[in-house]
Amino acid sequence: MTKEISLEHVWVEFGEFTAVHKANLNIAGGEFFSFLGPSGCGKTTLLRCISGFQEPTRGKVKIGGQDMRGVGPNKRPTALIFQNLALFPLRSVADNIAFPLEVRGVDKKTRRKRADELLELIALPGQGDKKVSELSGGQKQRVAIARALAVEPDILLLDEPLSALDLKLRQHMRTELRAIQKQVGLTFIYITHDQGEALTMSDRIAVMNKGKIEQIGDGKAIYDHPTTSFVASFVGENNVLDGTVLSNDGKVMKIDAGLGTPFTVENHPAGGPALAPGDACHLFVRPEALRLSKDDGAINQFETNFITEEFEGNMRHIVMNASGTDLKLSLINDGTNAIDANTPVKLDFAPEMGIALKPGELASA
Amino acid sequence: MRDLFYDLVRRNGMAVSIYLMLAVSLWVFILIILPQLTMLDYSFRFNLPPAKIGGPEDVYTLEQYRYFFQGSGASDGLNTLDIGILFKTLLAAVFVTVFDLIICYPVAFVLAKSSTGAKARLLVLALIVPYWINEILRAFAFRILFGATGVINETGMGLGLWDTPIDFIRQDVALYAGLAYAYILLMIFPLYNAIESLDRNQIEAARDMGANWWQVHAKVVIPYAKPGIASGMTMVFMLTSGALAAPQILGGPSNLWFTQLVYQWFNSGGNWPRGSAYAMVLLIVCIALVLLVMRLFKVSIGEIKQ
Repeated sequence: MTKEISLEHVWVEFGEFTAVHKANLNIAGGEFFSFLGPSGCGKTTLLRCISGFQEPTRGKVKIGGQDMRGVGPNKRPTALIFQNLALFPLRSVADNIAFPLEVRGVDKKTRRKRADELLELIALPGQGDKKVSELSGGQKQRVAIARALAVEPDILLLDEPLSALDLKLRQHMRTELRAIQKQVGLTFIYITHDQGEALTMSDRIAVMNKGKIEQIGDGKAIYDHPTTSFVASFVGENNVLDGTVLSNDGKVMKIDAGLGTPFTVENHPAGGPALAPGDACHLFVRPEALRLSKDDGAINQFETNFITEEFEGNMRHIVMNASGTDLKLSLINDGTNAIDANTPVKLDFAPEMGIALKPGELASA
Repeated sequence: MRDLFYDLVRRNGMAVSIYLMLAVSLWVFILIILPQLTMLDYSFRFNLPPAKIGGPEDVYTLEQYRYFFQGSGASDGLNTLDIGILFKTLLAAVFVTVFDLIICYPVAFVLAKSSTGAKARLLVLALIVPYWINEILRAFAFRILFGATGVINETGMGLGLWDTPIDFIRQDVALYAGLAYAYILLMIFPLYNAIESLDRNQIEAARDMGANWWQVHAKVVIPYAKPGIASGMTMVFMLTSGALAAPQILGGPSNLWFTQLVYQWFNSGGNWPRGSAYAMVLLIVCIALVLLVMRLFKVSIGEIKQ
């Protein structure tokens, strides 16, 4: 029922422009897989390659081990949910859901029965005779999913389907999508530029930039152990310092970032390529990894000045300045972290929380 | 009407609004309503010499309509000749309309969905340019094209497809081709407008869900474009059934178009009331037919004007 998908050296070129640059990956059957990246990074083009609306210039798209070249979108075991859903406005809800059955010549009674089943699944029982325009945004969303599921495809492709919804509904739909995926057990391939969506729902994520897949991994790997500067700066908030590697014994690195004593940073097996002494590097420290020093002389300690604070209720987002570089600092609002705006403040971070990577392109904020 | 006027005033100011209202009213009244009413009035009168008009014999009568149905014979015989010509004209107009729809739909679809920017403008220009030439000249061009020594016969015989010239004029091929060509733009543009506003994703969604090309058109594009199709078909049908120049020039000698009949009564027949009655019959039958077809396909007039 579920089929694995593999992309083998997939290139998509539009004239001079390379939309997808040698994409290589395997998606297991039943997986919830996300492509995450800024707009224009090639993730939608890749999705269109899988659904059949775009043929790769080079390379292969295989579904269930079968090369899909020359197989039209109407012949592939995939169902695509469009960003604007593309429900048919002239058809009723039930006729929308049963459309894939209708074009396959299924008789009217069976169609209606299947539509009613699917309406149960998406928690809209008995709403089949409504017009599409009478539904709310979240309901339309669910109808689009039901329509895609009507002929039991092997793979469901979702192209930023939640981007048109408001925040509350979006969060609710995340949970719901994940629940539907678990229930039907299909492979979901999800396209998004919203890292929150990707992190909360996906089994694995591929982060893309400028047509290239930068990193593939589960949410925790992508967030905790990014392997490129782009991933480190695109996923979540991050502070970046320019530094030079002083030493690397395989376990820990010493890095000079121009903030007094060199920093000690641990290497992680899942991290990026190893750095050698003398290499320039980007040192990333997440705002939540920075902390107010409890005592003098702690490891990785440096001095900063208070600039400004954004208060978010449970969290306090503070901007500090260390020798000309602004650093973001996130603290839990538990009443213990008072900062005096007029005196220098010492910050530090644990060696395992620093990430040193080869200098590369940073995501624009 | 009052709301419309206030709305106009609010948008354009009093002077412009009064001008617009007057101009439109005069246009509609003098150029459309008044002549039609006069025709209607004429159609219920006897054909009298000028001296007797307004005299005691100038009374209303159904004679002209009776003539259309029963002919000159006083008996109950039907005027099969004229009624036959009416039906033949309507049938031919329906044929031309459907033919236009079939050739214009793909063009409109490609124009609306597959071409962009400069290419689309060039295509539209290529469609319009031939219409800078006068309608009558275009009809004559078709006559030459389809004539015994015309390009088509010469080519056909040159290639050995047939031996003796085919009389396209007598077989009405030239007439149908000329009529179909005459109103193509009136079919393409409503179709183009309707299809152009269709979201591309709807087509792709249908494809993705397993529809083949035929089903995409039958189940998604055509239902969506129905108002445009109705609008184009109505215009082409009305203009074709009311065409005069093309049938005069391209029609076979033994084959009359109903408008030619009307023309004959007005002109060589010198019987204006009868011509008016015939024109009214054509008008009413055409409108009735259009309304009937719209009812059958569940299109409302309101939808068309969008």
